Amino acid sequence: MFEIRIHSRGGQGGVTAARLLALAAIHDGKYATAAPFYGAERRGAPIVSFVRIDDRPIRIYSQIKKPDMVIVLDASVMDVVDVLQGLKAGGRVLVNSAHPREFKGFVSGHVDLTGIALKENLVVAGSPILNTPVIGALAKQGIVSVDSAKKAIREMFSDERNVKVAETAYEEMSA
Amino acid sequence: MIDPRSHDSVHRSFHNHLQELNTIPEIPKEEFILKCTSACAGCSDSLALRYVLKAAGPDTVLVVPACCTSVIQGIYPNTAFNVPVYNIAFASAAACASGMSNAFRAAGKKTNVIAYAGDGGTLDIGIQAMSGAFERGTDFLYICYDNEAYGNTGMQRSGGTPLGARTTTTPTGKTDNKKDIDAIIAAHDPPYQATACAAYPQDLFKKVAKALTFRGPTFIHILAPCPPGWRYSTEKSVEMGKLAVKSGMWVLYEREYGKLTIGAQSKAAIKKPIPLEDYLAPQGRFKGIDPKTVEILKQRIAKNLAKLTAEEAAP
Amino acid sequence: MKKISTGNKAVAEAVKQLVPAVVAAYPITPQTEIVEQIAEFVSSGELKSRYIAVESEHSAMAACIGASITGVRTFTATSSHGLLYMHEMTNWAAGARLPIVMANVNRSLGPGWNIWAEHTDALQERDTGWLQVYVSTVQEAYDATIMAFRIAEHNDVLLPVMVNLDGFLLSHIMQPLDTVDVGDFVPPIHLPHAIDVKNPTGYGGLTGPDQQFKFRWDIERSIRDSVKFIEATEKEFAKRFGRKYGFTEDYQCTDADVIIVAMGTLGKEAEVAVDLLRKEGIRAGSMRLRWLRPFPKLDLKGKQVVVIDRDYSFGRGGILATEIMAQTKEDVFSVIAGLGGQEVTYEDVAGFVRKRRMGEEFWFGVNTNV
Repeated sequence: MFEIRIHSRGGQGGVTAARLLALAAIHDGKYATAAPFYGAERRGAPIVSFVRIDDRPIRIYSQIKKPDMVIVLDASVMDVVDVLQGLKAGGRVLVNSAHPREFKGFVSGHVDLTGIALKENLVVAGSPILNTPVIGALAKQGIVSVDSAKKAIREMFSDERNVKVAETAYEEMSA
Repeated sequence: MIDPRSHDSVHRSFHNHLQELNTIPEIPKEEFILKCTSACAGCSDSLALRYVLKAAGPDTVLVVPACCTSVIQGIYPNTAFNVPVYNIAFASAAACASGMSNAFRAAGKKTNVIAYAGDGGTLDIGIQAMSGAFERGTDFLYICYDNEAYGNTGMQRSGGTPLGARTTTTPTGKTDNKKDIDAIIAAHDPPYQATACAAYPQDLFKKVAKALTFRGPTFIHILAPCPPGWRYSTEKSVEMGKLAVKSGMWVLYEREYGKLTIGAQSKAAIKKPIPLEDYLAPQGRFKGIDPKTVEILKQRIAKNLAKLTAEEAAP
Repeated sequence: MKKISTGNKAVAEAVKQLVPAVVAAYPITPQTEIVEQIAEFVSSGELKSRYIAVESEHSAMAACIGASITGVRTFTATSSHGLLYMHEMTNWAAGARLPIVMANVNRSLGPGWNIWAEHTDALQERDTGWLQVYVSTVQEAYDATIMAFRIAEHNDVLLPVMVNLDGFLLSHIMQPLDTVDVGDFVPPIHLPHAIDVKNPTGYGGLTGPDQQFKFRWDIERSIRDSVKFIEATEKEFAKRFGRKYGFTEDYQCTDADVIIVAMGTLGKEAEVAVDLLRKEGIRAGSMRLRWLRPFPKLDLKGKQVVVIDRDYSFGRGGILATEIMAQTKEDVFSVIAGLGGQEVTYEDVAGFVRKRRMGEEFWFGVNTNV
């Protein structure tokens, strides 16, 4: 089983990112679940969502304690939350950032999701859309296949720019 | 218990005295809402509550049913408000306040009891308790801050949602009119009621201070523009509130012992209103609204303003 | 058709297939997605139901009762305090013998305001005459809702059915969902005592001490009869749609020495605890209880039983533990865990089994001496 924890702020689409990822994994023929950890509805607060991907049905509902991968959609969250907590030794970190980030003991990666979204003017209610480009980045990392990523995006979003930003993120992401 | 036969005349002289003392209220600097609430950016509820508490002062208990304010308080073991807050079940703010007020007064305490509820908890599920508390002449202030939907649970329609507004349970626009809770309260003949708007905090402050000088049930209905609910960007809450008043969609007024006074801002709006479209256009919840619905809204606004103008002019 | 869905939306998808004439509901976290999705279906024309946005939960059930007695299919959804506010009317719905189906998203009771998973809300309804089923996956939420209508509306049952899903743990998570074409699996509703102006009769009027007890017995008789209709419905569902359900979902129970009994998502996660324990040489099994009412005859003879209650009856004990002990006449190890959404993992569950002490009650997070 592969467990991913996604850090973001309310209103940035972190929950949808988890759902997109799970949907893409299902299209890959895997089993997947996506879960947010909710407080009451509130924009701007740090939130986490969880994704589990496995070859067998997933029977775990409790929070992911030892993720294999951590995704940080809003780097400012790292000032208030220990995003690396529980991350398995040698686990992967992917940060939405224009600059490289080093996390000792982990496989660090970065991609400028915000920049990619802004370039396509993919902005809703003042927030750049981060959840569709991040799926492209994850496809490059081999978490989901490119075809399934695109299929999932098209199922959940009608605006084709969402596929474009995923493709751009795929290009810009290192494998 | 107040003797109903002598109530009005005793009250009026006491009240006039207080009014003389408080001709130009200074807004106190003390804050009763501490930093780090859980409010959304641009929240009109917390803006309004800030001035409500400044007007009420420390000898105050807030009775809060399920609503955005329940969340804004923050999570145990912290509370963001520097007055006692009693959280209570959704339907029963006014009933709880009724019991609390009676208990305080029986003990000789003058503590302000303020039921502070959203539109859902007032117009819909809370209306029975509120009507009962008003009918019994309860000595308390009921404040309804109105973001025109069930905000805490994610913006479902309430009785306070205006005609044509999109919510998650009226995805193509509400097909029923906004419930006129102020008229319903007026029918209970309270000593004081008022409408206010978070975009006019000084006006709100004065009204709360005034309401608290009355013994008996008083009511203030505050328009609270809501960025996630009304779908506009978070820095525009005050602007939205002003547009609501300037278009006549929201009217600022007071009734003291049933005598209506329309506020200056609304009088100006009656004389020279801005087009309703100017208020509706910046809000995502009115996006794609049928022009026929806009026409109905305009007619209802005109009718309401005429009715209020006539009421004010009547001897 | 394969898709991905939250538990809440899966319930709404099932309701869309069943086309209730009236849905009357009031929002409460974490149920809101169910009614929002239904409102959207109605708005788009995909679902030809009337959606009444009532002003409270008490009115939601009252409205469902009013609609149901005209002989049409009805549905509502709620949670926690909403269910409690409805309580007078849930009693009424069962007493009025109305096949209303309700989804309840299990959430704890205040004060303080806590929006996370707990079963006490629905368990406090256990005396009302409602049938109750507890689901643990998104697929099961969908399937159980479909079956609920068929069971409720069976003319030898005619009792309302509550489908329970864990707040947030199931209502808000996404899992795969395979939707079906219900077709005639749920036949059109026929309510024998529906209002008929050509054959006027009074409903629920003054009833004396010489008669009332007979109506109460009628409810009980029907709930006992429902057992065979539940079985038949689940069997027919398996035949048509390929997924099997029962009164319990048993995992490795046959040769088990100790069985974990729980409901909802914890009942499912307990299977992972079983796998862990088996690796250590402990012959554990899990029995996820699905139907709470009618309460089934549990096959626990000769086993040690660890009951996990995500609920409590103050002054008495964990409600499941109490019911199981009454049936088996044996001691259990009663664990109280998960209240208010308290995090409980399969590792915790394995710990409960390893450290079990029969005849004792253990409050997870409170006791430190087990």
